[in-house]
Amino acid sequence: MEQVVAVEVKPVDKKKVKKLWKIALILGIVTLIEFVMAFTLPRGYLLYAGFIGLTIVKAFYIVSEFMHLKHEAKALIWSILLPTIFVIWLIIALLAEGGSILNALY
Amino acid sequence: MEVTASIEKERKTNLWGGGTSPLKASYGKIMMWFFLLSDAFTFSGLLITYGFLRYSYPAYTGPVSAFKPSAEYWPIPEKIFDAVPFLHGVHLPLLFVGIMTFILILSSVTMVLAVEAGQRMDRKDVTKWMLWTIVGGVAFLGCQAWEWSHFITGTEEGMALSNGIIVHGANLQINEYGPPLFASLFFFITGFHGTHVASGILLNVIIFYNVVVGTYDKRGHYEMVEKVGLYWHFVDLVWVFVFTFFYLI
Repeated sequence: MEQVVAVEVKPVDKKKVKKLWKIALILGIVTLIEFVMAFTLPRGYLLYAGFIGLTIVKAFYIVSEFMHLKHEAKALIWSILLPTIFVIWLIIALLAEGGSILNALY
Repeated sequence: MEVTASIEKERKTNLWGGGTSPLKASYGKIMMWFFLLSDAFTFSGLLITYGFLRYSYPAYTGPVSAFKPSAEYWPIPEKIFDAVPFLHGVHLPLLFVGIMTFILILSSVTMVLAVEAGQRMDRKDVTKWMLWTIVGGVAFLGCQAWEWSHFITGTEEGMALSNGIIVHGANLQINEYGPPLFASLFFFITGFHGTHVASGILLNVIIFYNVVVGTYDKRGHYEMVEKVGLYWHFVDLVWVFVFTFFYLI
């Protein structure tokens, strides 16, 4: 015999759903901008900085809204964000190291 | 009586004094967050290794239009990834990987809609959106399989090495696109991400099954959908970074 569970289904929160689709649209448009930039602007550090900036914009929307981190407790937000400082250190260290290897070999 | 009162007072004034939930999230959700943080470190390690090795090779200096792959310098990705299924020989730089990016973003949206439906206890909607998420994940994985097989098979022209031997496609020792390490990094980084997508699909299927048989209605909440949702969004987040650092820069 299957047990019947009485569940109260709430109606769709239209405002919330609309906001989610809006964020999806932003993510799509930012990706399109990256595409256009890749084929119109000359390659160089300025273009790379633009790509990285737009990537961080996309990452912000995914983490804050899709993963809901923006609406969590402050302590949880910081305990996730602060440790990523170590990543920044590793980027600086290894890119400098790579440059030194290039200088030594060529 | 007095002791109870002082404990109550302590509880109200000290957030970390016990008896409260300072992070205002369930144990499972917090642990998923910390797992994702550690996974983010792993992917950072891989992507930074890419940057490190790229910096230790000479960059291509000539005009982009005259680019020819060589083991002497690091390739320009838009000149390497220019193939689309069914359009053999047509130069369509980054188009296919762009389509893959859109598929993954869309499956992330359907996932967040499943989470929203779960909060409303709407089993029918959760079922629908979870199914779309799984479809999106499988589509992405299929695209990646094609991308890999094309990368491994290579082009008809191939690339001539300094000793005159012409190589086609790529493996872990040699490839026609640039220095050997370029292909190794491609296999490792997109492969590790693809593994995450595959295990994400598996998790989604398990949760989808539980939704359909009504496990979460009996439990009274759909928090498991939120937890796998976090993982799925993370997979999308990683792809955003892989797309930038591997395909654009």
